[in-house]
Amino acid sequence: MFSADLLANAVVAGILLGGFYAAVAIGLAIVFGQLDIVNIAHPAFIIVGAYIAYILNSRFGFDPVLVGLLAAPAFFFVGALIYRVYFLAFERTGQESLSGLAFFFGVMFIIEVVLILIYGVDYRLVQAGYIGQTWRIGFVDFPLRMLVPFAVSAALTAAIYAYMSHTFMGRAIQAVAQDRLALQLMGADPVRIKQWAFGLGIATAAIAGSLLIIIGPVEPSVGRLYIGRAFAIVVLGGMGSIKGMFIAALILGIVESMVATFAGPSWSPAVAFGVLALTLALRPAGLFGRQ
Amino acid sequence: MSGELLRVTRLSKRFGGFVALDNVSLSVRAGERLGLIGPNGSGKTTLITCISGALYNDVGEIHFEGRDVTRLLPHLRARAGIARSFQIPKPFASMTVLDNLRVPLEYAARSRAAHGRVLDEAMRVLELIGLVHRAHENSAGLTQVDMRKLELARALAAKPRLLISDEVMAGLAPNEVAEVLAILRKLNNSGITIIMIEHIMHAVMRFSERVICLDAGQIICEGTPESIVQDAGVQRAYLGA
Amino acid sequence: MKSAAFWGALAAIFAAGLALTGAVANEYYYNALYLILQAALMAIAWNILGGFTGYVNFGSAGFFAIGAYTTVALNKALGLPLPLLILAGGAVGGLVGLGLGYLTLRLKGVYFAIATLAMAIVIETLVINWSYVGGAKGTYILTPEKHLWFDSYIQMLFVVMLLLTLAAVAISRMLSSSRIGRGLAAIRDDEVAAECAGVPTLRLKLVSTTVMGAMMGVAGAPFPFFVTFVDPSSAFNLFIAVNAIAMPMIGGTAHWLGPVIGALLVGTTQEIVKVTVSSEMNVLIVGVMLVVFITLAPQGIVGLARKHLRRRKP
Repeated sequence: MFSADLLANAVVAGILLGGFYAAVAIGLAIVFGQLDIVNIAHPAFIIVGAYIAYILNSRFGFDPVLVGLLAAPAFFFVGALIYRVYFLAFERTGQESLSGLAFFFGVMFIIEVVLILIYGVDYRLVQAGYIGQTWRIGFVDFPLRMLVPFAVSAALTAAIYAYMSHTFMGRAIQAVAQDRLALQLMGADPVRIKQWAFGLGIATAAIAGSLLIIIGPVEPSVGRLYIGRAFAIVVLGGMGSIKGMFIAALILGIVESMVATFAGPSWSPAVAFGVLALTLALRPAGLFGRQ
Repeated sequence: MSGELLRVTRLSKRFGGFVALDNVSLSVRAGERLGLIGPNGSGKTTLITCISGALYNDVGEIHFEGRDVTRLLPHLRARAGIARSFQIPKPFASMTVLDNLRVPLEYAARSRAAHGRVLDEAMRVLELIGLVHRAHENSAGLTQVDMRKLELARALAAKPRLLISDEVMAGLAPNEVAEVLAILRKLNNSGITIIMIEHIMHAVMRFSERVICLDAGQIICEGTPESIVQDAGVQRAYLGA
Repeated sequence: MKSAAFWGALAAIFAAGLALTGAVANEYYYNALYLILQAALMAIAWNILGGFTGYVNFGSAGFFAIGAYTTVALNKALGLPLPLLILAGGAVGGLVGLGLGYLTLRLKGVYFAIATLAMAIVIETLVINWSYVGGAKGTYILTPEKHLWFDSYIQMLFVVMLLLTLAAVAISRMLSSSRIGRGLAAIRDDEVAAECAGVPTLRLKLVSTTVMGAMMGVAGAPFPFFVTFVDPSSAFNLFIAVNAIAMPMIGGTAHWLGPVIGALLVGTTQEIVKVTVSSEMNVLIVGVMLVVFITLAPQGIVGLARKHLRRRKP
């Protein structure tokens, strides 16, 4: 059962999977990690992104990654709009802890049910030249349907990281969470910054969705499996640290891949909760958070 | 009356890189009226938050009635007889004013309260503070002034041995300040030790037997109200000279 | 509501339920009523933690499924009678509620919410991998032959569920107007101030998660006999979790009557829509109602009614 090439393949598959998880979690790292907004509907937006990729791919043969990039601006505006509603109805009145949470739960549920009403519960997939191919180095497989999402996700993470640390808006977003005084000195309006940041977070869901459907077929309720994963990664990564989030995503990917290889794939959904529970119990500030 | 009620020994507390309290030691006699002053951000509220237990200090010890309470949970400190009011009022917003007082009476003061008389006792406290006419109103709808009074009333309903009042007089009119001072004086006469944090200088000076001044997390001066007013360090801390 | 009137009303509702079984034979009505009552019981349970204490549980379906699968396992292993199965479901649900609360309630509230969601997925994973209770394929449950003096088994289940729901209403009302209830409300309103008033916040929150978990386990325990075929996708249905949140939110979370009103309104609407439109539509409606209500009327129907009453008497 246990062999070196099985282990090596499991680790490589885990790294590729984990890289993709970074795209799933990065929007939440901004929205939950920086803004403290518990958007549990984030994976539902990723599923919407996956369905848009599916529609444009099956109709016009567009490449899914291209569709993800094109859809991102639209997602940005939807996100900004949702933050407006959230701010007016909950944040301003101090009801985000109960009603705000239930609000996102309701949004998640509506998205899932609407997708089921329109497309049913059948699995949908996309076509692209690279999806069936596999590169092989030694005895280790690099299936392109995993490698492409890994590469796109790593590029997305690098771009967001650069944006956060080198632009005025990026630094303002970080200031919203950590340093209100600095924010005042910069003369920025926190609500507008949060709206921008929330839009940015949702925009990443468009890209993550297109990657999700490259990896494998998607149906509306798949999103729920990613809630635990995304939150586990953000918490383990230290709430809002982009670098920490990426490393945490790789860790989760590797652990899940090992569990799937050596215990069976039906156990892998529980891994994220195990990671989350251990993190919360042992080190709630995450691996890279300030204690 | 001269026994020691509270002793704070070499207390330090930092938030990340910011040192909020730096090696603070103080002692409070049973029955004393102690004023705690200092500019904004000097660590007054952090100090009393550590004493009441909502924050744990990093270094140092806190003894209450000779017992080490440094690691005691806040609700157990409340039961032991430490009560505080909050600078920014924190009413139980879904409850009436009367029910706000039932909570400390039924929990913090449970062993000391006469059973079955909770409502009577709550009304008595409201009478003392002058909030009886608001007893059945929702606490969320109170005016700022009444909310501050409610803060004080709720702290009193815990039947404390030590009452820490955190700026309960901010925003009150001069006659109301006098009224609250009279209430606190009356409580002190009945044996309750009082630590008062206040920005209204003449009120602290009139009320306190002893005043401690904090600046940047350290005690810079301690003494009678008269000596404090003349202290050069205090004047520097306040006037920035 | 006066105590005598309250207990009288409960007795009258129970008597009416019994009378119904004597007068109406059509099993459809008992099916529909059972589903409404089950949703009401779940909503009342959710509200004890969510409404009274202010902590959100997204994993209601997990607790419900714990009750259902406790029944499946114990029925297969020991063949226990229904009352004992209900007790067992409540006990296991309560224990899981206690454990989850103990793990996460010392942290910020949102972690509890996320943990409940993840817990539902983990328990589902466990059940999928547990072949004794049917695994992913599910399992059939034989309905017992005996159904006391009732005409059919579903009639008896309906009466059992009515009794359980009325008991939950009574517990919820007692809790909310007691010393413990005031402690829970203090935690919800301001946890720091509650601690400074002497409220043992962690212990009360654990009481709250335990009672909630137990009630949800109880709600799930008779479910296998109701559906006669249980699989993970029916027992862990997200619809159950959404209903458990939506009904109290729509009815009003601060009052014990809120989840009952919400459950009657939403549950009845759902049964009507299911018959007249489609069962997918009935699922969508509750999601939309939830979002619309919490955005526009965060205090729910009870809150609206109170505002209206206050305006009428000057």
